[in-house]
This record gives sequence, C-alpha cells and structure tokens, in this order.
Amino acid sequence: MQGIELEGVSKTFGADEGEVHALRDVSLTISAGELVAVMGASGSGKSTLLTIAGSLEEPTNGTVRIHGRDVSSMSKNERARLRRQSIGYVFQDLNLLAGLTAAENVSLPLELDGMGLKEARRTAMAALERMGMSERADRFPDQLSGGERQRVAIARAVVGQRDVLLADEPTGALDSVNGEAVMRILRAACQDGVAGVVVTHDAQLASWAHRVIFLRDGRIVDQTVPPAGVESLLTGDGQP
Amino acid sequence: MSVRHALLALLSEGPKIGLKLRDEFEQRTGDVWPLNVGQVYTTLQRLERDGLIEANGDDDGPQKDYRITDAGRLEVDEWLHTPPSVIPPRDELVIKVLVALGVPGVDVPAVLQSHRRRLVELMQAYTTLKEDAVDDMRVALVVDAELFRLDALIRWLDSADARVRAMANAPTTDTSTQTSLVTRRTIRVVT
Repeated sequence: MQGIELEGVSKTFGADEGEVHALRDVSLTISAGELVAVMGASGSGKSTLLTIAGSLEEPTNGTVRIHGRDVSSMSKNERARLRRQSIGYVFQDLNLLAGLTAAENVSLPLELDGMGLKEARRTAMAALERMGMSERADRFPDQLSGGERQRVAIARAVVGQRDVLLADEPTGALDSVNGEAVMRILRAACQDGVAGVVVTHDAQLASWAHRVIFLRDGRIVDQTVPPAGVESLLTGDGQP
Repeated sequence: MSVRHALLALLSEGPKIGLKLRDEFEQRTGDVWPLNVGQVYTTLQRLERDGLIEANGDDDGPQKDYRITDAGRLEVDEWLHTPPSVIPPRDELVIKVLVALGVPGVDVPAVLQSHRRRLVELMQAYTTLKEDAVDDMRVALVVDAELFRLDALIRWLDSADARVRAMANAPTTDTSTQTSLVTRRTIRVVT
C-alpha cells in the first residue's frame, strides 16, 4: 500500500536499570491522503514515533513499511534514497540554511539528488508558489517572517515527488492565525495524496488532522473518530 | 451534575446514612451546591427502587444505613466514563473528575482520556467547519471561540493528568485530605 505502516514497533534506549521504553508495541497505518496527528505528554514517545516512521532511527522490535517496503530490508544507500526522494521532514527549528535564499533552500535537495539546476529551480519555484511564497523566493531566511520561514520549510519538505510528510511541532512559536495557515497547507498537501504525520501537544493544531492518536508511556491508548454532521454545531440543533 | 450519580459515587466508598451523604456532597462540591435533605432521601429511595443501593437492617428512621450494590458500582463506572451529551460546562467536568478520584477502582487517567478524546473530536468537527468556510470570517470567529474554549478544557485535563500521575508516584501523601482541600478551592474559582 501507499503510505506508512508500523507493526508491533518498540524502541528501547539504554540498558539494565537505565533502560527506557520509548515505544511499546505500536501498530499504526497512515494511508496516502491522510493527515494523522500524534498527541501525548512530554516523554510519551511522540518524537521517537516520528523519527522511526521516517526511518531516521531503527526500531528495537517490529516492522516499518513505507509504500509497502520493509525499511529494515533496505541497504543503507536505499534507505538514504528513500529519505531523500519520498520523505519530507519539518522540524521545529526548521533547519533552513542561512546563506541560501528561499528558492535555493527548496531546490537544494533536488540538486543533491541529481536533478539539473534549471529543473530543480523550476520545481522549487512551483512548490513555493503553492505556499504563496513566490514573491519572496529570493529572500534569505533572516529576511522572512516566522510564518514565511515555516512555509519555506514545508515547501522544501513536499518538493518533488515526496509523498510522506513528517512534522514535529511544525508551527513552532507562530501565533494562532499563522499556525492555522501552516496546518491548512499540511492538510491540503495530504489531501493531494501525501501520507502525513504531525506531532504536537496543541489540540487546536491536532484538530486539523483527519485522525488524532493519543500516546501514553509509549503506547497508543486511544484515537479519535471524527463526528459526522458538523453543520448542526453552529445552529445548536444537536451534537455531532 | 447528577445528584443521583454523585450520591452513588459517595456510597461506593462505604455504607453511609442520608445526613452524612448530604454533608459529604456539600463538602466535596465546595459548599456551593446546597442540597436539602428531602432531595437526598427521595434520590435514595429511587436508587433503592432501581436496585443500585440497599438499606442495611430494618431501621426506617434517619439512621438508616445505605450501601451500594454491584449494579450500582457498574452504574457509577459507566457514568464516569460517559462524556456528557452536551459540551460540558467546565464545572461539571471538574466535578466528574473530582468524584472519580474518590471512587475505588476507577482508572482516573482513563476517565480523563475519554473526556479528552471527546473534546478533540468536537474540535475536529469545528475545524472542518472552519476549513470549509475559508472566506467566511463570521464562521471563523464563532468557531475560534469554541475551539479556544475546548482547548482550555483539554489543557485542564492534561494538567489534571499530570497531577494525578505525580500523586501516584508519591504514595506517602495523604490524598483524602488534599483532594478535599483542592475541591473547595477549585469549585469556588470556576463557578
């Protein structure tokens, strides 16, 4: 299938008395076209789940499949290619390169992957345009506002043919209106066929996801079933 | 707030007479919810009729002792886990959680989570409205008001969760005294 599958995934750090079980027997499927939010207290395993889903870290036990392929069966090079070509990451600190313009930041991963300079720039510009950032493409990160930098980071994460999007507190310290704009973009990207996971402690951001997973002590303890019949909410005719 | 379920929850701690139930109910709701003794006895009669409590002995006077039945315990457990049918006012949510703390055998984090999930589901429904009404500022404003209100409740549940967890890790603390003090202060603030 297209998307991410975690099956019986556990992750343990340390050994003996210092052993920490960051994830315990987590099974989760995120389909193409779906945005899933992961909520939980600090230390519940949210970020570990994200790094394992993105093959940045290996599970102690269990299987991770991306687009149906078992990540553990891949060679180091194959895994690096998967990360470069299929998976986009947005981390809280964004990791934009200060010496490159917005357009160069977005086109860099394409160039590193062997795409010609012209095509890489053209593809990057298209991604920035989708984020409403084409006018600011030649600015350097420190000439952009927080919300604009966030959009550049998301453009970089979804540029090219990437179809897995992983975000860790992607709205950082943005105000609620700018945070909402970022979540709209992530949700729209997923509705175009990307499988997305966003880790957050903020319920307002999580509510942009199609499904919300609750983690506690490394286990999935609950998930939402979004109610139908939202129209009645505003009129007070009834509860969903 | 259901007086019926609150009395049932108090009886799940052990047998009690009607007057004691009234005093404990008022004490635990911070003395802001006066209850007349007639209401207590009417409620107890209905609970007895429904098989949720039983009277001890034949004494029919004010010293009549009531105890909860197995069916009553099941009822309390279900009530604590069932989200209210309308968006809960904060004080009802607070009281539900405080009652849950006193009922033996209740998994308080699971009670907190069932309310958290329901609130996030409501937020998802509101957010969908906002997504669909992208150019309608009025809808966005109304929806934002609801989202911030629900968000505040979820934050309260998160902090309650953290406090319950911290207390569970400190077994030497006398929780009964602390709960009662916290109850009085909290209810006064939210009403």
